[in-house]
Amino acid sequence: MVTKEKETVSNMKRDWETTTLKKTLDKSPERRERFITTSSRPIARLYTPTDITDFDYEQSLGFPGQFPYTRGVYPTMYRGRFWTMRMFSGFGTAEQTNARFRYLLEQGQTGLSVAFHLPTIQGLDSDDPMSNGEIGVCGVAIDSLADMEILFSKIPLNKVTTSMTINAPAAVLLCFYIAAAEKQGVSSTQIGGTIQNDILKEYQAQKTWIFPPDPSMRIITNILEFCTKKVPRWNTISISGYHIREAGATAVQELAFTLANGLAYVQAGVDAGLKVDDFAPRLSFFFDSHLDLFEEIAKFRAARRIWAREMQERFQAKNPRSYLLRFHTQTAGVSLTAQQPENNIVRTTIQALAAVLGGTQSLHTNSMDEAWALPTEKAATIALRTQQILAHESGVANTIDPLGGSYFIESLTNEMEEETYKYFDRIEKLGGVVESIKKGFFQREIADSAFRYQREIEETDRIIVGVNDYVTEDMLEIPVLKIDPEVERTQLARLQKTRKTRNNKKVDEMLSRLQRAAEGTENLLPHILAAVREYATVGEICNALRDVYGEYQEPIIF
Amino acid sequence: MTEAEQKIRVLIAKPGLDGHDRGAKVVARALRDAGFEVIYTGLRQTPEQVAETALQEDVDVVGLSILSGAHMRLFPEIMKLLKERKMKDVLVIAGGIIPEDDVKPLKKLGIKAIFGPGTPTGEIVEFIRKHTK
Repeated sequence: MVTKEKETVSNMKRDWETTTLKKTLDKSPERRERFITTSSRPIARLYTPTDITDFDYEQSLGFPGQFPYTRGVYPTMYRGRFWTMRMFSGFGTAEQTNARFRYLLEQGQTGLSVAFHLPTIQGLDSDDPMSNGEIGVCGVAIDSLADMEILFSKIPLNKVTTSMTINAPAAVLLCFYIAAAEKQGVSSTQIGGTIQNDILKEYQAQKTWIFPPDPSMRIITNILEFCTKKVPRWNTISISGYHIREAGATAVQELAFTLANGLAYVQAGVDAGLKVDDFAPRLSFFFDSHLDLFEEIAKFRAARRIWAREMQERFQAKNPRSYLLRFHTQTAGVSLTAQQPENNIVRTTIQALAAVLGGTQSLHTNSMDEAWALPTEKAATIALRTQQILAHESGVANTIDPLGGSYFIESLTNEMEEETYKYFDRIEKLGGVVESIKKGFFQREIADSAFRYQREIEETDRIIVGVNDYVTEDMLEIPVLKIDPEVERTQLARLQKTRKTRNNKKVDEMLSRLQRAAEGTENLLPHILAAVREYATVGEICNALRDVYGEYQEPIIF
Repeated sequence: MTEAEQKIRVLIAKPGLDGHDRGAKVVARALRDAGFEVIYTGLRQTPEQVAETALQEDVDVVGLSILSGAHMRLFPEIMKLLKERKMKDVLVIAGGIIPEDDVKPLKKLGIKAIFGPGTPTGEIVEFIRKHTK
C-alpha cells in the first residue's frame, strides 16, 4: 500500500478512536480488558491497512501453486478436487479394523489411515510382558506380516493410499506394507501412502520413542534413501505438529518446532549425501487444528510461506515440488470435553473449517466421544459427515484462500512467521534440534504452555462450555466402544501360530544380518524387508536393533 | 518437626504404554505449587515399578495417570502390589481417559477418586488435603 494512503488511514483511525469509539467506551466498557486466542496471543480490537506494513502482494502471497504458496499449494485447490477425507481408525484385531476400513471406503472415505495399538507403536510384540492390557485397545494389533495381510485383505493396495501413524518402528511397518502388497501382486513402485516416521517430535511431545536420537536419525535417512529408489510414491516423513500442540504447545510453538524438525530432516538427508530435490518432494506435514479459527488459518498460511522460502534459500532446492508444504490436519483431540460430549461435534466443525480455510490436503475429524474412548461407528460417521457438509454445502470450497487479504489474517500470518524465526534462532543457539531435545528445551516450553492454559481455565480467563461455565449436573450417557477380551486371545494365538509355522532358522539368520548392518553403515531397509518376508515380528526386529542402539531415557521435566 | 518433614508426599505415576504426559505434568506442577512434595515416575512404568517407587519414596499419595485404556488390567495389579507392600494407608487416586462404566469397579478396588478430563487442579489439591492426615 502506498505510504500516503496508509497515513490517511492511520489518521482516520486516531480520529475514530478519540470520537466515535471513545463515546461508546465511556458509556459501556468492553467485556474484557484483554482478548486472547487459544494460544494466549493478544488480539487487537480492529485491524486496518496500518497493521500490514511492508505488505507486498507478490512477495507475501503470490498465486496458488506459485511461490511462496501462501495462498495454496495447487493452482485450483478445492475447485479441482476436495481435500482427502482420511479418518484415522484402528482397534482390536486386523479382521475388525479391516471391516471398519471397508465400511469407511463404502461410505465415501477416500484414503485409509491406520491407528496401531501401543505395543506395535513401541516396537513390542503382543506377548511381551509390557503389552499387558494394551492389546488392540488403542489401535489395531499388528505383530507380523501375517496380521498385515489380514488388515488389507480385499483392499487393493494399488488403488488406495494408506497413511500409517508409526514412528520409532516406521521402517518395520513400511516393510510389512510392501510385503503385504507383494502378496497381492502389487510392486513397491505402485503403492502410495505415508508413514509418520517423525521421531524428533516423539522426544519433544508424543513420547513414543525407542532408540536414542542419533541412531533414530540414521534409520530415517535410510528410509529416505530406500524410498527414493524403491517406493517413489511414498511420503517418507509426515512432519508432525499435531502431537506438539496436543501436548500443550501454542500455535506458534507448534509451527516453529514442526518446521525446525522438518529442516533438521532435510539437513540430515543432505548430510547423508542425498540430493535435496530427490527426497524433499516426498516430505509432508501434519498439523493440529484447534478452536481459534483465525489463528489456525494464519498458522497454515505462514507454514507454507516459511517452508517454501527455507527450501529455496537454505537448501537451494530447484524442483518446485520441494517447496510445497502439503499437509494433513486433524482436529484438536485435546479440545474435546468429557462433559456434554455432543458439543464436541460443534467444536470439531469449527476446527475442520479452519483446516479447509487454511488449505489442507487431507483431514481427520474427531468424533464426539473421544474424551471417553475410541469412537463408535456412529460417532465416527457423524465426524465424516461433518467434512462432507463442509465440502458440499457450506460453499467454502468454491474459492481459493478466501481470507487472503484480510487485514487481520495477513497481520496474524506475518506475526506468526516472525515469531517462528525467533524460535529458529533460539534452537540454533542451543546447537540445533537434537541438542535442544537433549537439553529439554522443547519439553520445558511445551509444559509451560500447557500449565498456563490450565491456569487460564481455572481462573476463568478462558471459558470452556460445559466445563467451567454452562455446567449441567446430569451426565449425558453416550455409548462407548468396548474392546472384546477375545481380541487378546485371538492375537496371542495368531502370534504363536506364526512363530510355529515360519522358518525360524531363516528368521534368526535375517535378524543377525540386520544387526551386523546396524553396527555398520549399510542401509537397514533391505535387511528389515528380508526379515519381514520371513515373518519376523515387529518386536523381534526392534529388539535386534535395541541390542545395538540401546533405548532412550528422557530427562524428567514438569 | 521441620516444615519439609510435614510436607505431603505425592507420587505421580504413568503406568501403561501411552506417552500422554500432559495431564500428569500439569497435575504434578499444580500439586508442587500447592506445597506438596511431588515425585514423577516418567513414562511406561510397570505395576511393580509403580508400587516399588511408592514404597521407596514413602509417599502418602499415589496419583495414577493413564490414557491407554489398559487401566482395568493395570490398576488392580498396582493395588494388589501396594497391599503386598503393606501400603494400605496410602491414598490412591487416578486420572486420564477412563469411561464412566469403569469408575465403580475401580473405586471398589480402593481407588478413592477418579479425576477425568476437565477437572480443576484445585479440586485435586483439596481432595488430597482432606484425605491425608
